[in-house]
Amino acid sequence: MTPVTPAIGRRFSLDRTWPFFLDILVFAGVLAVFYGVLTIARYWLGQAIPATEISRSPWSLPKYAFFSLVRMAIAYFLSLLFAVTYGRIAAYNKTLQPFMVAILDILQSIPVLSFLPGVMLAMVSLFPSRQVGIELGSIVLIFTGQVWNMAFSFYSSLKSIPRELSEASSIYRFGNWQRFFQLELPYGAIGLIWNSIVSVAGGWFFLMACEMFVLGKRDFRLPGLGSYLQTAAGNGDTSAMLWGLFAMIGVIMLIDQLIWRPLITWSGKFKFEQVESTHVPTSPLLHILRNSNAIKALREKTIEPLGERIDLYFARRAPKPSQPKTTPVWLKAIGILLATVAIAGIGYQVFRAFALLRGVPGADFKRMLEGAGATFLRVNVSLLLASAWTIPVGVAIGFNPRLARILQPVTQIAASVPATALFPVLLLAIVRLGGGLGVGSIALMLLGTQWYILFNVIAGASAIPSDLKEVANLFHFSRADRWRIVILPGIFPYLVTGLVTASGGAWNASIVAEYFHFKDSVMSTVGLGAQISAATDAGRFDTLLMATIVMATLVVCTNRLVWRPLYRLAETKYRLET
Amino acid sequence: MRESIIEARALEKFYGEPGSNPIQVIAPTDLSVYAGEILAVLGPSGSGKSTLLRMLTGLSAPSAGEVLWHGKPVTGQSPNVSIVFQSFALFPWLTVLENVEAPLKARGLGEIPRRKRSLKILETVGLDGFEAAYPKELSGGMKQRVGFARALVVEPEVLFMDEPFSALDVLTAENLRTETLELWANKSLPTRAIYLVTHNIEEAVLLADRVIVLGKNPGRIRTDFQVGLPQPRDRKSAGFLQLVDHIYKVLTQPDASPQFVPEAEAAPLPPGAPRAKYPMLPHARPGGISGMLEILSDRSGHDDIYHLADDLSFEIDDVLPIVEAASMLGFVHVSEGDVELTPAGREYVEADIGPRKELFAHAAMKRVLLIRQIKRALESKSNHMLPDEFFHDTLDEHFSEQETIQQLDTAINWGRYAGLFDYDSASRKFYIADEEPETVPA
Repeated sequence: MTPVTPAIGRRFSLDRTWPFFLDILVFAGVLAVFYGVLTIARYWLGQAIPATEISRSPWSLPKYAFFSLVRMAIAYFLSLLFAVTYGRIAAYNKTLQPFMVAILDILQSIPVLSFLPGVMLAMVSLFPSRQVGIELGSIVLIFTGQVWNMAFSFYSSLKSIPRELSEASSIYRFGNWQRFFQLELPYGAIGLIWNSIVSVAGGWFFLMACEMFVLGKRDFRLPGLGSYLQTAAGNGDTSAMLWGLFAMIGVIMLIDQLIWRPLITWSGKFKFEQVESTHVPTSPLLHILRNSNAIKALREKTIEPLGERIDLYFARRAPKPSQPKTTPVWLKAIGILLATVAIAGIGYQVFRAFALLRGVPGADFKRMLEGAGATFLRVNVSLLLASAWTIPVGVAIGFNPRLARILQPVTQIAASVPATALFPVLLLAIVRLGGGLGVGSIALMLLGTQWYILFNVIAGASAIPSDLKEVANLFHFSRADRWRIVILPGIFPYLVTGLVTASGGAWNASIVAEYFHFKDSVMSTVGLGAQISAATDAGRFDTLLMATIVMATLVVCTNRLVWRPLYRLAETKYRLET
Repeated sequence: MRESIIEARALEKFYGEPGSNPIQVIAPTDLSVYAGEILAVLGPSGSGKSTLLRMLTGLSAPSAGEVLWHGKPVTGQSPNVSIVFQSFALFPWLTVLENVEAPLKARGLGEIPRRKRSLKILETVGLDGFEAAYPKELSGGMKQRVGFARALVVEPEVLFMDEPFSALDVLTAENLRTETLELWANKSLPTRAIYLVTHNIEEAVLLADRVIVLGKNPGRIRTDFQVGLPQPRDRKSAGFLQLVDHIYKVLTQPDASPQFVPEAEAAPLPPGAPRAKYPMLPHARPGGISGMLEILSDRSGHDDIYHLADDLSFEIDDVLPIVEAASMLGFVHVSEGDVELTPAGREYVEADIGPRKELFAHAAMKRVLLIRQIKRALESKSNHMLPDEFFHDTLDEHFSEQETIQQLDTAINWGRYAGLFDYDSASRKFYIADEEPETVPA
């Protein structure tokens, strides 16, 4: 923050006035937030308007962006709360652990749209006459797309807490509260933040699907960026489409600068390392927050004393640790009772589900299997195409630090654009070229998933130790040998990670890529994703359930049969140990 | 009579389901910690030093027996103890001061008394001025000082130390030892007894008023004696050296159980019958064994283990497994802390690389049950290949899960060196080496 001019007097005055400007900035921010809360409250408590007329004027964009942001933020905080609670229970309850992990595995493979009818109808019937019901439905939909990987991340962080650290908190009698805030949350923070970034990016990806959809005879349209983009595309309004795209990219980049970068910088203190690392990321905003007088006063006068009071309250209330931890009989009895009720309930629901599925005609089932085959092919072709360009480019970037410095920011911006927002533009091009959605959807999947592979290949290539490369030079390896012996095995673990994520993403993307509302008509192609979307549109719950089961089974099976063995190979044979 | 703070009665630890054959980690053990003493607990790896400490501090529940605290069973209230950990176990996201304050915060102490006590103890351990630093900015020795401060700030009745100096370099460790002793001698440490777990014999003799030596398989007390030497102690004095030598002798005395089981493999025993001990492979690498034999041969074939370890600046945990392995293979003979090369050992040392491997293979097949079992099992299969789970299941009955993995790791090392069999880590299969493993579906 030091000014360039050498004049000492001016620097002093700046030093004094700068925090004052910061304070004004902070106060303005508080005021804006306050007004925003009021607006949202008024809108939510108003009459239910399931299908708002979406204006295509660029001037409505700020309002729409705000509404979308609030939705995303609430969904994200719900996800965070859920992830932490779920992860904690799964990590500490030995009886529930295997079930809870398996549930995560399966829920992760169910596409967002399959949750749609259930969630939407439940929420709307909960608040029949208020806008809040429809809004909550949309929020829960975004939540279902974000929460699973965060829960998994927190769970595995808890499982990997070093034993002595955990013993230290026991021997020094940390209560649950102190253990959570001084051990568990800090230890899991970095994993949670990175997964949050991935999750929120996923939220943007499905925003269009979550804000505007048809459910049987009912048309749901919520004011937001996603519905704006979809309306613009539906009307073939290119300029509105571009405006929407710009707005979305702008919002995403702002969030990146204002939230994720400061968070990543700040989370550096939670790194579990014994020595300080040399490369420390920086964030201007975090600097502002750390240097503002108002924030400092708030922290010292309010937050810290309050935190202290809360901490002490919980410490004094915490039950003294008793030596033999036995569960009281009545608690066990309640547990058994609950388990029995849950099993009975699940049994009944499964029975009902099968009864529903019996209604699916055999021809439909046959079509579904064909669709699954088509989508399976598309997913794998898109993975192959993505690998074909990302592996050489990623290796080139990873091997060449100068190239990396230039290209990394560009690719990061490119990757941050949610592919769904580009779909309409791409579709227009495909239609104009006379191509169909059969091939076009591959391009759409590619657009959404190639980045996972690219970033992992770059990371893998830059992690190959330079002495291995030197050996290759020393012995004059041919180009083919270099790839076969050094590069491919070196990036293998990273490549597998990238491919796993990309494959999951591609399956999920199929539901938006294979079926598209376009100028009052529907473009679609043969595929499982198209069938799920169509079933939602038509309110055909039996078909939707069937197709979801087929997709979830396919994804879980591929994970178990293909990716997990490859992962193990990556962790044993191709691990570069330092 | 001395006042005992902690008393363990028939304390026992075993793993396994009730009904099945449990794996005994610690045999029923009686032990007391008295006020005013530094008690050092020594033992080779696998003797359950850590497990014992965790049961005494209440971190882990005993399988049988009880821990008494001032004569009363420990229930409800956990005893006022602290642990200094080998890995320091500091919270990297808290400053030095916050780390030290954390235990007091857990006890509900208000901000002002908490800060006062923490600053005082930081001064005692020589850390004043470092309050705002984060652990990662400190050297290893400084980190362990924070560990000490955090342990002492709650004024524990017994201070437990779990190999507190073994992650530090030699000089730093020596410095901290001396300082600890000084603080203890002039009564600046707010604790009434110290329980020190170590695998360093000299450290035990240097610091302790009383030494307990544990044996392994299962863990039990081999000997328990007072160290009569006055403080400060001189490492070169005759009394000191005598004690060190005595402990070495206790540690290297062969256990009563037979070392090797005859060729005929043991038939399954009727339930309830006492099982024969499964001989445990010492975790030594063939290269280490050869090196030790070479040194021994240079010294005209026999030496004192203590000298051997001292010259190599090895600690017992490093040197004992090597000696045990060589003895298991019949290359050396151990008695009363002395090692002597046998004729077979001499033949091995004088041979070239190729013949050496054959001698090793021969000795291993003849004398090491696990190696023989693996080889026989592989030979009996038509494709000469078996998954490691097969052997896991055999060993699981005798060892803990972690030990089973280590046993197999060592067996793989020996089998590979001897050319008896090989192991493919990707498919987790053992196979006989002259054939390539069939490509296993990934």
